[in-house]
Amino acid sequence: MDTTVAIRGRGITKVFGDVVALDHVDVSVARGQIHGLVGPNGAGKTTLLGLLLGLAVADEGALEVLGAQVGRALPAPGGVSGFVDGPGLYPTLTAKQNLATLAALRPRDAVTSDVGEALHEVGLAEVADDKVRGFSLGMRQRLGLAAAMLTKPKLLVLDEPANGLDPSGKKQVHGVLNRLVAAGVTVILSSHRMDDLEALCSEVTILSTGRVVFSGPLNKLSDETRELDYRLRTTDPAAAGIIAAETPGISVVAGTDAAALADTDVIVVRARVAALDQLVSRVVRADIAVREFAPVVSPLEAAFLDLTEQETDR
Amino acid sequence: MTATIADADATAPEAQTPAAGPVPVGRILRFELVKQFSAWRVRLLILLCWIGPAVLVFAIDKQSTLPSDTLFGRWMHATGWAGPLVALGFAGTWALPLLTSVVAGDVFASEDRLGTWRHLIIAIRSHRRIFLAKAVASLTVILLLVVGLAASSTLGGLLAEKNLPLVGLDGHTLSPGDAAGKVLLAWLCVLAPTLALAGIGLLGSIALGRSPMGLLLPMLVALGMQLAQMLPLPVAVRLALPGYAFISWNGLFTDPAQIKPLMIGVTVSLVWAVVATVLAYLLFLRRDFTNLNNNDGAGRRVLALGVVPLAAVLALTAGVVAATTSDAGGTGITQAKVQKSVATAFSHLFRLQQSQMYHSSVTEAQLATTASCLKSEGLGKQEGSGNDWRCTITFNVPGNNITAQGIYQLDVTANGRYIADGDGPQEVNGYFLIVTPGKVVANPLWQFDGNVDLL
Repeated sequence: MDTTVAIRGRGITKVFGDVVALDHVDVSVARGQIHGLVGPNGAGKTTLLGLLLGLAVADEGALEVLGAQVGRALPAPGGVSGFVDGPGLYPTLTAKQNLATLAALRPRDAVTSDVGEALHEVGLAEVADDKVRGFSLGMRQRLGLAAAMLTKPKLLVLDEPANGLDPSGKKQVHGVLNRLVAAGVTVILSSHRMDDLEALCSEVTILSTGRVVFSGPLNKLSDETRELDYRLRTTDPAAAGIIAAETPGISVVAGTDAAALADTDVIVVRARVAALDQLVSRVVRADIAVREFAPVVSPLEAAFLDLTEQETDR
Repeated sequence: MTATIADADATAPEAQTPAAGPVPVGRILRFELVKQFSAWRVRLLILLCWIGPAVLVFAIDKQSTLPSDTLFGRWMHATGWAGPLVALGFAGTWALPLLTSVVAGDVFASEDRLGTWRHLIIAIRSHRRIFLAKAVASLTVILLLVVGLAASSTLGGLLAEKNLPLVGLDGHTLSPGDAAGKVLLAWLCVLAPTLALAGIGLLGSIALGRSPMGLLLPMLVALGMQLAQMLPLPVAVRLALPGYAFISWNGLFTDPAQIKPLMIGVTVSLVWAVVATVLAYLLFLRRDFTNLNNNDGAGRRVLALGVVPLAAVLALTAGVVAATTSDAGGTGITQAKVQKSVATAFSHLFRLQQSQMYHSSVTEAQLATTASCLKSEGLGKQEGSGNDWRCTITFNVPGNNITAQGIYQLDVTANGRYIADGDGPQEVNGYFLIVTPGKVVANPLWQFDGNVDLL
């Protein structure tokens, strides 16, 4: 057994009636990292997260979580925690009661975080005695994260944890997740928010119609995708446009593709990453200042759209 | 995605993370009870069940008009023990089905509504223990509510009319001690059909999830059974319905007690409780909590593990009752039984009336009461329920060597209960009230309740 691997699955298949939710999925996640799980609605993300959390068992294939086989007779191992489809909280209980009743389920000798400490960690200490009924979606998400952390997990499985969070809450959650990973916890993060995944994850798995269409480091994903559109804001957009058109591997996007960009200082160019270096150096050599140069959509989002559309078209 | 699967032989057992141990049931039960008691509707029910009946019974007792259409209602001014029986009659019809609906019918469905199933399963990791804890928690709450209803109504009755003798359903008098024991026993007997409804509630709660139908199922089943009890069904079918035990406690208040229908009713209810709970358990174990919105044959499972087995239980119990009891194919209300019941009740109540008026005591043997009852003036089959039974009572007048006759019009319901309404002559039936030296009381022979043993 490779002790550096937190999750290892081979040929995992899960069928609901006539619907194949997961179709011979292979997955491998190293310990101590945040691994993103992406896919369009109905891709099988929730089903895969459910298998990891022991909510269901695969119909076919082998799944190993934290070194333990998981199957019909073998429940998910201890040390796995998290939530899918939002955190499960009881609205008639206070935030503190929600966590305390959860902690009380653990055996006496089990290691659990202090309830107050967990609430403080997610920034809910001040509303500890308030009933969850009155909590916003973001507060519920943070309390769900606190509940998941309460059992000191080695593998944390989170489904859209940043859903409904304001920028401050999002920053807090990102901080918590980074601290957990620094402490050796593995986090599986499912999200539709590519900016979150790019900010947090070192690797991602993209699912589409129950199949894995990509799995690996984010930078590899960026290399493998098609040309991307980049916004280039300069002090002389007309001259920059001419330079871009003359640069090998670069094309200037015009018409409807750039319609969303009403800013006259901006041109949109389409290129692979390798071609961008030459464009930048040519523009700078022409004494044109570069004020902004960024992808119109993130590489992950572009790859996501590209890969999932390919899979859907199949 | 590619992945290298490690050779199984290379797995170092000491490096594995062990499977999470199941959470002890006691802890899960405590968790479930915390959730139950934090819900406002459960708190409200506890308050209503522990205070409401006392207030209601006391208030009704202070009215000049009593609920004489409710069993033992006409005796509320005579003894405190009538109060808890009136409450029991009402509880069997409305309160207990409603309580089981709100508690057992919602114990699983609430997790669907709140979206907390996955949270619970991840935390506990044992479907069996979750089911057990939830079933025991709902049972605990239901018991707390039933005990509240019984205790509160008893307190209300005793506060209003004190610990006095109770007149039974056949007119015989029970001492306060006997009355207390039988009232307690009657409340214990209705626990059986309450458990049956709770089992059905658990089944509905699991099968129908967040649908309001799941919550309403025990109430609807109870209403259906009550409607069925009003129909002229064969006795075997009537006794095979789990709701019959809500009625059959009546038999405790006759002398001798009508034990057989009561025992059958309680046994059938317990069978239904066990079967419904086991079916709920099997349905729960087969549920997939990963994809709650998919329709993964849930309808078929509900049919296969809910409707069909319970229909089979009904057919089986009806068959067993029919095979083990005589005349179970008929209505159970025959001319001979009606005549015997009316004559017995009249004799007992005549003696009661004599003692209320301070007349010399008389025995049933001296009265030698007989009754001649005809249905529809003797036309058609002399059997079954209806308000067209007319009975002529004949008895020896105490102290005189003559016989007297009185007429009673009977309204017999399909479950064997009847109200006998005096139809003259005035010398026999008397007036509505009897003025005695100490007190004005209702004339027991003016109108009385009775019960025909269906078996």
